[in-house]
Amino acid sequence: MEKRATFGSWWIGIAFAVPQVILIFTFFYWPAGEAIYWSLTLQQPWGGGNIWVGLDNFRQILDDPIYWASVLRSVVFAVASTGLAMGGALILAVFVDRECTGSRLYRVVLIWPYGIAAPALGLAFRFLMAPEAGFLAFLNQIAPGLWDPGLNGTDAMIEIIVAFSWKYVGYDFIFFLSALQAIPRAQIEAAALDGAGWLRRLRDIQLPLLTPTVFFLLVIDLTESFQDSFGIVDIMTAGGPARATELMVYKIYFDGFRGFDYSGAAAQSIILMVLIMLLTVLQFRFIERRVHYK
Amino acid sequence: MNKSLLIAAAAALLSLSSAAQAADRTKVDFWFGLSGDLEKRVQDVCGRFNAAQSDYEVVCTSQGNYDAAIQNTIAAFRAGKQPTIVQVYDVGTATMMLSGAYYPADKLMAENGYKIDWNDYFPGISSYYATSKGEMYSFPFNSSTALLYWNKGAFAKIGKTAAPQTWEEAAADARALKDAGYDCPIAINISANESWQLLEQFSAIHGQPIATRNNGYDGLDAELLFNKTKFVDYIKDLKAWYDAGLVKIKAKEMGQDMVQAFASGECQMIMTSVGDHGTVTRTAKDDLSWDVAPLPVYAGTHRMNSLVGGASLWVLTGKSKDEYKAAAAFLAFIAKPESELFWSTVTGYIPVTNTGFTYMKEQGFYDKTPFKGREAAIASLTASPPSPITRGIRLGGFTQIRAEVGNGLQEIFAGKTDVQTAIDGMVSRGNVILRRFEATYKGKQLP
Repeated sequence: MEKRATFGSWWIGIAFAVPQVILIFTFFYWPAGEAIYWSLTLQQPWGGGNIWVGLDNFRQILDDPIYWASVLRSVVFAVASTGLAMGGALILAVFVDRECTGSRLYRVVLIWPYGIAAPALGLAFRFLMAPEAGFLAFLNQIAPGLWDPGLNGTDAMIEIIVAFSWKYVGYDFIFFLSALQAIPRAQIEAAALDGAGWLRRLRDIQLPLLTPTVFFLLVIDLTESFQDSFGIVDIMTAGGPARATELMVYKIYFDGFRGFDYSGAAAQSIILMVLIMLLTVLQFRFIERRVHYK
Repeated sequence: MNKSLLIAAAAALLSLSSAAQAADRTKVDFWFGLSGDLEKRVQDVCGRFNAAQSDYEVVCTSQGNYDAAIQNTIAAFRAGKQPTIVQVYDVGTATMMLSGAYYPADKLMAENGYKIDWNDYFPGISSYYATSKGEMYSFPFNSSTALLYWNKGAFAKIGKTAAPQTWEEAAADARALKDAGYDCPIAINISANESWQLLEQFSAIHGQPIATRNNGYDGLDAELLFNKTKFVDYIKDLKAWYDAGLVKIKAKEMGQDMVQAFASGECQMIMTSVGDHGTVTRTAKDDLSWDVAPLPVYAGTHRMNSLVGGASLWVLTGKSKDEYKAAAAFLAFIAKPESELFWSTVTGYIPVTNTGFTYMKEQGFYDKTPFKGREAAIASLTASPPSPITRGIRLGGFTQIRAEVGNGLQEIFAGKTDVQTAIDGMVSRGNVILRRFEATYKGKQLP
């Protein structure tokens, strides 16, 4: 029979939960509730009053084909940058786990990108990828006009995807490495004795045992790429050229903080929140089934 | 031992007395949006004011940039902790006038016994910040306007000694420069920021409206109409010149912005703020011979005044009588001709009053090498008395409208959309922003 620790009186448990509940309420439910309220009104930025408009803000946003284009763009960005970050991190983690030469150094160094603030990162990548003077300028010397993120939307999108995933490679790396090192060595050694090469061992033993970590990182990376990308976009492309990199979160930042359209930005935040919640639910419903926790 | 005790006691006394002295002074906060070198220059101004008198102390804090300055002020205002004075950029003027959060500058100065001659301000500058009836609610501060920067050395090679006055001339010069082997005769950029040169300044000097209701001065129901003005032909020309290789796009995303491209001698003509005059002076390659001139106009155009860019100083509500006294003293200090000379010397900004300009001319400011030529900005701003259309632009959500202009220009220059369709798109999307702004301030009137 399962043993349970119980409290003598009903209020002790609640008392323990109160600080946490207060924190969550103050820093999540309250602002979220405020955002919902704002999204149903037209707010004057200086607090001079507001007008109840019901769902008009949502109607206006959802009627706009350019908004839907930015939703699609955000999904492409999220999938591509999550794939790139996780793939890159996994490869690096496998190499460090196999204790290739210099792996002790890499273990420390590879974590750093996550610690770099988005604006600094964006600035560095902007220099690297500048078509006329940057690291990639040689592309244009081979084939003029090949690389032009200033006017070519696809190039600009590639640019921000690379910059964003570079940051998350460091984050994903930590999780992959620790998960890899938690796999009992005996299993791997047994497989090696049976004659399985490292690729085979990776496919049949390590990857299946990594699925909880893969799932966790998938949820986190997708969520973060929807909401943590505005700094990089702002510095590198400002949403351009011709909206090619205008992600949902950048539009929220721009309308709210630069354009003082608090209500429009609040409504967009609610839509983004719903989208992220939907995606997370979908992932738990359909992908988690393939995850083996034990 | 005794000695060190004495010293400690003396030091304590000193600090006490200086603390007491500081406590006597009325302190006011001033938040501004300039950063980097300009932040230090504003601090210099504050330091000069604090040293010049002993009744008031202004505490100046940079908020990083214009957007953050107004954003943080809004947040502080909603929490009742706003600064007394805040610097608000030009396009924020409409929002400020509807905020109900300001103490009108003209009233403040009159109540505190300062006689400010508002007619002394260059009309092109004061009208940008004045209400439609001409009252001044804020103090023009850092001011600039757009100029044509041209490479004299390169022009000499094509046998020209003067800047082009008209766009027809500029196009011919660009072609000649191209034939003489210059790869980048004219550099432009097409982000949201350049709406200032390409749309706003162009429309003003050609006397073309940007929006109905006198560019928004007469009411929140104004509608954009720059898809039906000379602006369309201008962009068509720029695009044709771009296709012919006479115009190049230079942006920081591409490696160097147009100011750097001009200073390095790579590009021969750019249009940018007089505020960049100092930057070009400092960063120009050694043998670069260059000058500035008012922006070209199309042949046969009666040249009108260009628009001011920059920011003005607003005093906010909810402060004590003493704090308003201090604010008035600070604003009066900034308006002095000596302060204007100091400010223009350490920055690229221009004087805002006739008195200041005359004083600076008398002091020989415009004869000295690094500052020579900057009077072109005054000539451009005062080319004509401001008409109802060239007073300025009083439109809500203008930062977002500029972003629409940038997006449209990028579509045009990437060859995705033809010029008229793209500009129609800017206008129709811009009008949606204007209607949202109007609905937000339902029942309110622009003063």
